[in-house]
Amino acid sequence: MEQNDRAFVTKARSGDKDAFRTLVERHARVLFRLAFRMTGNAEDAEDVVQESFLRAWCQLDRFDERASFGTWMYRIATNCALDVVRLRKRRNQTPPAADDAGDGMAELPSMEPSPERMALSGEVRRRLAAAMNQLSETERAAFVLRHFEGLRLEEIGQVLECQPGAAKHSVFRAVQKLRRALEPIVSPLR
Amino acid sequence: MNHLNEEQLVLHYYGEESGAPDAAGHLEACGACRQAYASLERLLRAADDLPAPEPAEDFGARIWQRIAPRLAARRTFAAAPVWRWAAAAGVLLAALLAGQFYYPRPRPVPTVGAADPQAGERVLRLAVSDYLDRSQMVLAEVANADPQRSLDIFFEQKRAADLVVESRLYRQTALRTGDAAVAGLLDDLDRVMLEITHGPARLTPAELARLRDRLDREGILFKIRVLGADMRAEQAAAARASSAERKS
Repeated sequence: MEQNDRAFVTKARSGDKDAFRTLVERHARVLFRLAFRMTGNAEDAEDVVQESFLRAWCQLDRFDERASFGTWMYRIATNCALDVVRLRKRRNQTPPAADDAGDGMAELPSMEPSPERMALSGEVRRRLAAAMNQLSETERAAFVLRHFEGLRLEEIGQVLECQPGAAKHSVFRAVQKLRRALEPIVSPLR
Repeated sequence: MNHLNEEQLVLHYYGEESGAPDAAGHLEACGACRQAYASLERLLRAADDLPAPEPAEDFGARIWQRIAPRLAARRTFAAAPVWRWAAAAGVLLAALLAGQFYYPRPRPVPTVGAADPQAGERVLRLAVSDYLDRSQMVLAEVANADPQRSLDIFFEQKRAADLVVESRLYRQTALRTGDAAVAGLLDDLDRVMLEITHGPARLTPAELARLRDRLDREGILFKIRVLGADMRAEQAAAARASSAERKS
């Protein structure tokens, strides 16, 4: 995938829009999920994806071809999503809880009725969404990138432009805060 | 035996073993740590259930359709042949001669009603939304310009100067009403508009690149779009509410 990306990035840099289109189609869905988890809102997430690719197109000359295009896009999308989160926070608008975020264009993941899943009530999800909204911007970004996107701490450091140690602390702080919010409900599930 | 601390357990869960190289071995031997780890696992598995919509298969294609015209405009503009510039200049000249070319005067700044705070807020939202649209038009000229050529921004400078004059009241009102996001964006915009106003009327490619860099770095156009969309949604909601009130 990365090797392939490189070839398309090289072509896109020389103005080949079809090559860029391939990159957009290849990475858009992953970036949407990242943006959704960062902003908590499908409409914002779509705007973030769109803006991220526009920024990427303008900045392709600055992209180091030895690096991973995917990680670079994560960085751009994370920054765009943080812009949205900061604006919303400053306007005192809490993003809608993930439960309310469906807009008809997408389907929520299926909820297989395993005993553990059945035990996880809507209350857990509401608390989780609320707790995510209480995280600082960096904690939320670091946690989403580690927990949902599976990035290594070093990669998270690259995305957030900080040392891996700082990324580690952000993930850790996020887990601690989520734990405080969820432990009273999740712990009894033994 | 030292127990694993919370941070080491978290790192182990995520497979980042640098924090505790033999965490797996320790967990096998230590019941207390195993219990703590099991509790952490339950918590983080619960976090897996935070739903995220699965975008449709053609999501990437849809995004492409939306951004492609904007990329094309940028590149086509760069590659515009000389005859097209000549034709554009001809049209401009014809418009000037016909007396149809005019530069709109700065709009009067609306006074925000003190007696009815809600009406005042509505007026502010409307005015700021319009202000953001016009700012976006000025900045889009810079953002979409051909990066290889110098750019004449004489008219944009005039519009930027007018926008700076207008923004003061909006900013103060936004601060008074506690809308820090709008106040912050107006601050950012003011700085950029002042830079445009006081800069040269013709930007060299290097100056243009610096300005565009700044717009990119601060995500100003994106913020305008996000806040603009918010404000339009608020206006629509307010209009719906007021219409429902009239009916009842």
